[in-house]
Amino acid sequence: MINILNYFSSLAIPLTIIVIIFYGLKEKKKTFDVFLVGAKEGIEIVLKMLPTLIGIFLAIGLLRSSGIIDFIVNLLTPITNFIKVPSEIMPLALLRPISGSASMAVAVDIMNNYGVDTLIGAISSVIMGSTETTFYTIAIYTSCVGIKKTRGILLPALVADIAGILISVVICRILS
Amino acid sequence: MLNILWPIFITLSIVYAIYTGRVNEINNEIFDALESAVGLSITFLGTISLWNGIMEIAKSTTLINKLTNILNPIVKRLFPELKNNQKVNQEISINIIANILGLGNAATPLGIKAMKSMQEENKRKDELSNSMMMFILLNTASLQLIPTNVIAIRTSLGSQNPTSIIIPVWISSIVAAVVGILAVKVLIKKGRK
Repeated sequence: MINILNYFSSLAIPLTIIVIIFYGLKEKKKTFDVFLVGAKEGIEIVLKMLPTLIGIFLAIGLLRSSGIIDFIVNLLTPITNFIKVPSEIMPLALLRPISGSASMAVAVDIMNNYGVDTLIGAISSVIMGSTETTFYTIAIYTSCVGIKKTRGILLPALVADIAGILISVVICRILS
Repeated sequence: MLNILWPIFITLSIVYAIYTGRVNEINNEIFDALESAVGLSITFLGTISLWNGIMEIAKSTTLINKLTNILNPIVKRLFPELKNNQKVNQEISINIIANILGLGNAATPLGIKAMKSMQEENKRKDELSNSMMMFILLNTASLQLIPTNVIAIRTSLGSQNPTSIIIPVWISSIVAAVVGILAVKVLIKKGRK
């Protein structure tokens, strides 16, 4: 079962690439030239992101090495034990809806400390991949039409985030 | 948000570290953090460029239109109030497809366009319509075919199998999206009473 899942997971990228290139060839596009345009834009995206990453990694690294994260994790342990969520992922769960770059730094920090290929590493990865920066998304889409009355859209969005986090834990536990 | 959180995180950490006698750890951390930010960016340079390049090819073909057509019936069911407006349906579908393909930079402007079209149909201009609520929820659910960022992080940290999380991510995001959609429907019904 796990091997089958891993196999299909590993097929996702190669299959996507081949389908897209196939379409490019079928419609007689200059695939390599087009690829280069996109790849160059990718480099720009990463370079623009680097200052943010440096600032955020610094803040999150300080939070951990000062012992504050351990302090918070210990405080939350009774609650997380009750809902069967490893307390180590709680800093990630708390920051994920608020900031994309901060949650990325926390995820890297967690995987560095507990190992990428451990249960905690897997849970952090799945949470990062399956949830979004909810607050930011809501802010962008309400402000672009100048709406202030959001009728409580934050609530179902956060309910979905919590569901995503709990499901991530369950799936990783089943697969590990 | 980060203008508030960032200074709080840093000052709190340094004060706490001095209080608990962990000044050396803090000093080492400052340089380690910079190194891991740069290290991660180098991995990102490879994966994100590759993916952006591949998706640029996808954008140049009719693939996105085809996927949009496949999605249209689902969009019609999720947005019953927009049934007469093919243009908005199309805009919503393109935004979702862009999200699924990981075209984050393209998805947001497309989404803003869809929001503006929905605002034209909106009867109370100062309040989100039902369709807008559903649309925002779909955008807060991370529906992504290939979670490129996570794979880059896992690669940079030396994972044995960086892509093994793809199917778990799909399952988790679909479940989260379904829960979110149901929650929005409940919220809309309750609001009407």
